[in-house]
Amino acid sequence: MKARVYISLKNGVLDPQGKAISNSLHGLGFTAVGEVRQGKTIELDLADMAKDKAEEEVERMCQQLLANTVIENYTIELLD
Amino acid sequence: MKAAVIVFPGSNCDRDLKVALAQSMGRDPDMVWHGDSELPDTDLIAIPGGFSYGDYLRCGAMAANSPIMREVVRKAEAGTPVVAICNGFQIAMEAGILPGALLRNANQKFVCHDVDLLVTAENERFVGGYEQSQVVRFAVAHHDGNFYADAETLKELEGEGQVAFKYATASGEVTAEANPNGSMNNIAGIYNKAGNVLGLMPHPERMISEMLTGTDGKTFFDHLVHSIV
Repeated sequence: MKARVYISLKNGVLDPQGKAISNSLHGLGFTAVGEVRQGKTIELDLADMAKDKAEEEVERMCQQLLANTVIENYTIELLD
Repeated sequence: MKAAVIVFPGSNCDRDLKVALAQSMGRDPDMVWHGDSELPDTDLIAIPGGFSYGDYLRCGAMAANSPIMREVVRKAEAGTPVVAICNGFQIAMEAGILPGALLRNANQKFVCHDVDLLVTAENERFVGGYEQSQVVRFAVAHHDGNFYADAETLKELEGEGQVAFKYATASGEVTAEANPNGSMNNIAGIYNKAGNVLGLMPHPERMISEMLTGTDGKTFFDHLVHSIV
């Protein structure tokens, strides 16, 4: 079983890397681009277990280590 | 007096901190490895700067979960003085003993130079060696020192005298030009609510002799040691 965790900065938290990416895209002529926010994806291999149990486990991982909830949001996706 | 410096894989200011503390204490602090689960008997815990765990995931995130940090958090909550510098500040926030977070510098640059700091709040233990509203000079060296807190936390920090240092001009004016990293309200260092934990991005341990171009850091450690003894 696999889990995928998407982590992004909360709205209102400055994202200088996203800003730099936006500037670079404008430099390349992609003028349609507005604000860019950079996040990260973490893929986890998990031992097989019930889906709700897996969700609970990954939730705890996010709270304890994977995300800093002062500045970040996360969403969890379970893949078979 | 006894002090303990916590050493993580990737710490690189641990020896500077040892030298600074030894100079002020007249004896060496204990160097405590992150994998230990017990702290020696100590009157002061110092969390040094560096790049613990290569800054993987988030600065300080891995270190905050290392075995020794459970003990550091327990002692901090029980009132033991803790000084957390640079990466140590990031670790202390990730461990939840200080509020807020430290983001990537707003200008995306690693900043490495001396900074002038306004001593903002009174805290006899940590800044009793300075005059009120004195400007002191330490050095910054970081990529992720951009202080962030939500509006409510920021208001509380300012209102409760928990802002320890602000980036300022040499004459003590808190201006945007004096802010090296985009920190909210120019905040360079904060105290926890109880006032026994200080976290700051600038390095006092780099200003402990004239040879290092300044002694404001020596004053800091001398007073800290004196106030604990």
